Amino acid sequence: MGPTGVEGFMYPNEVELQWSILIVLYPFITGLVAGAFILASLERVFNVSAVKPTYRLALLTALAFLLVAPLPLQLHLGHPERSYEMYLTPHTSSAMAMFGFVYLWYLMVVLLLEIWLDYRVEIVEFSQTARAPWRWVYRILTLGSRNISPRARRIDERVGYVITVIGIPSAFLLHGYVGFIFGSVKANAWWSTPLMPVVFLFSAMVSGIAAVMLIYMAASKVRKVAIDMRCLDTICQYLFYVFVIDFSLEMLDLIHRVYEADESFRSLDFMVHTRLWASQVVLQILVGTVTPLVLLGANQVFKFREGARKAMYAAAGCLTMVGIFAMRWNVVIGGQLFSKSYLGYTSYKLQFATREGLGASIVLMLLPFAILWALLKLLPPWLEEKEPAGI
Amino acid sequence: MEINRRKFLILTTSIAAMTSSGEPSATSSPGAYDVHAHWWGMTIDIDKCIGCGNCVRACAVENSVPEGFYRTWIERYEVPPGEDATPVVASPDGGIHGFPPMQGADAKRFFVPKLCNQCAMSPCVQVCPVGATFVSPDGVVLVDEKYCLGCRYCVQACPYGCRYIHPVKKTVDKCTLCYHRITQGLTTACCEACPTGARQLADLKNPSDPVHEFLRNNKIQVLKPQMATRSKTFYRALDGAVR
Amino acid sequence: MSSRLKDAAHLIPLVLVVLAGVAVFLLFRQVLVPKTFGQYGHYRAAALDDIRVRPVSFAGQATCAMCHDEVATTRSKGKHRGVSCEACHGPLAKHADDPAAMKPKKLAGTGLCQGCHKADKAKPAYFPQVVPAEHSGGAECLSCHQPHSPQMQ
Repeated sequence: MGPTGVEGFMYPNEVELQWSILIVLYPFITGLVAGAFILASLERVFNVSAVKPTYRLALLTALAFLLVAPLPLQLHLGHPERSYEMYLTPHTSSAMAMFGFVYLWYLMVVLLLEIWLDYRVEIVEFSQTARAPWRWVYRILTLGSRNISPRARRIDERVGYVITVIGIPSAFLLHGYVGFIFGSVKANAWWSTPLMPVVFLFSAMVSGIAAVMLIYMAASKVRKVAIDMRCLDTICQYLFYVFVIDFSLEMLDLIHRVYEADESFRSLDFMVHTRLWASQVVLQILVGTVTPLVLLGANQVFKFREGARKAMYAAAGCLTMVGIFAMRWNVVIGGQLFSKSYLGYTSYKLQFATREGLGASIVLMLLPFAILWALLKLLPPWLEEKEPAGI
Repeated sequence: MEINRRKFLILTTSIAAMTSSGEPSATSSPGAYDVHAHWWGMTIDIDKCIGCGNCVRACAVENSVPEGFYRTWIERYEVPPGEDATPVVASPDGGIHGFPPMQGADAKRFFVPKLCNQCAMSPCVQVCPVGATFVSPDGVVLVDEKYCLGCRYCVQACPYGCRYIHPVKKTVDKCTLCYHRITQGLTTACCEACPTGARQLADLKNPSDPVHEFLRNNKIQVLKPQMATRSKTFYRALDGAVR
Repeated sequence: MSSRLKDAAHLIPLVLVVLAGVAVFLLFRQVLVPKTFGQYGHYRAAALDDIRVRPVSFAGQATCAMCHDEVATTRSKGKHRGVSCEACHGPLAKHADDPAAMKPKKLAGTGLCQGCHKADKAKPAYFPQVVPAEHSGGAECLSCHQPHSPQMQ
């Protein structure tokens, strides 16, 4: 008998999975970043004023998750101490090599800059009013200038607009490119499709919008303030539209595979009906996609009471997160469960207390929330509600 | 300096190689070998393979291959009759202990030795983010284990399952086509140990290498030609069932 | 004009921070990229030498024949002419380097022969193979065959 968990024939080096749950987290987390940023840009560039209450929250959420995004990759490397080589000698033909640069561009040029420009007025105020240790932090953050005259603010506003305009394609690039890492592997029939970057992008928007919505609802509850229902309704409307596109793309991929039925089809079909049934068909499609679509769709057609709406949105948001996580899981783990000989299947043994285990993943998933909490303390996004800082 | 007889032999062959190719090589140490004067590959004759496992054992010894991983391995195919039969494939421990004998004439059976295909357009090299794996000027796909991050992208990109992560070094590992041997005039360990000559090292740049005759006189196929990797491991008598 | 510049002055430190970052990056690149990187292609050319100096275990047929010319001649006339010494005797580079330091082990005989010649329907039909019990009734292969030239006269 062959190794445990193996059915049929695997190439002998194929039995062990190469990419673990950490690599599932990576596209999940970067997806949240890209989605949250795109939600923020709705207000700024597309003038959707209804979502304004979540603008700054979305930016801080994006930053919190972006700071954590490289950690699962780093933890997964055999030699994390050599990761700087990606910056020194990036191989231009490698999709992965560009990650470092796309990441730095997005972090430094887009997110940090946009947040800094948007918060500059508060930072300058806090640098004068805050108590001793914090005052110094804010003073460093002012970068030495206290000029918050209306003209200076107008310049900030204009620069910020340009950055957001640059930021949207950057967010698309960040996540579309993560999809390309998988979609460009011609050796792997489960991954290799030009739809992969597009599917990743739309699912990123779905998960990012849902996450910001949930965080907004939770934060309102904690702060005991009323939820702006116009904002929530609008967010869920966008969530519904984007989700419909995302689901259509995924179904297009599925139909295309079934119809073409190439050499990989039998093997992949078997895998979906057995090893991926629970995570793909049940969790991803039925629980994580169809159910939230029905909940959100119902709200586009019928007018429910406020309490019911909140409950439906919260449920839809949570199920969406489950669905998108399952989607990342099915791509990353599913792509490694079948043999490239199409003659067999292996299984993924998720452990808990290992470097790449469930324990590490849970910590990595909680970390962004800790960072977000700190960011919310440092740069409270709610001030606007009391005294509009706008121009 | 003490020169023992094996090194003496190697020295004389490389001097001969040097004088025949005219110029000394660009990389002068160790030994004189012109990286630009060769283009390495391998030929495998399925009809000659008896599944003895000698190649797998030799490779493991020569290259200190960790247990449970394979730079080369043997698959035994059993194709049942019928126009749409799925082959039954086995490779117990990569065939390192050979295969238990089979009886009966009810199926088509044969052995397929596998190793890195030394692709000229190698998908594994394409995806390496840092340049830790590469096609050498003489056509061998190699890994720089001092530079490899261990990101495993190349393992995913190889269509043939030839790469693995070395459990101790934590870097990717694979067949080097015994680069340390072929650059000093020896053949690979697997070819040296193969009792039937099923495997032959081939220098495609050498006009007098028997490989040219082999490719001309036989029906040749590479593994997964649809992958268009320009594989340089050429199979004779490769059945369509082989993946 | 000058007042507009003054109102944008707070952006200057920002630009400086970015430029300093780029400068530090370029400096690190200059220092840390291995010297031979890029000599042949997008990799460290010195890696070729690192790989070439790995030790060999199999000495190779030509080396064996340098001393064991008598056996080599016998072998070259028999059916096993294509089988290299180390295919049966195992890796012996250490022995070739210093014959006194490492002596080849005595071989197993029958078991070793069966590694190749035991009947198996997966083996090519042309290849000489036997069901040992039928072929010799369990007798040792070497009682009839001479391994370096196995054909019986």
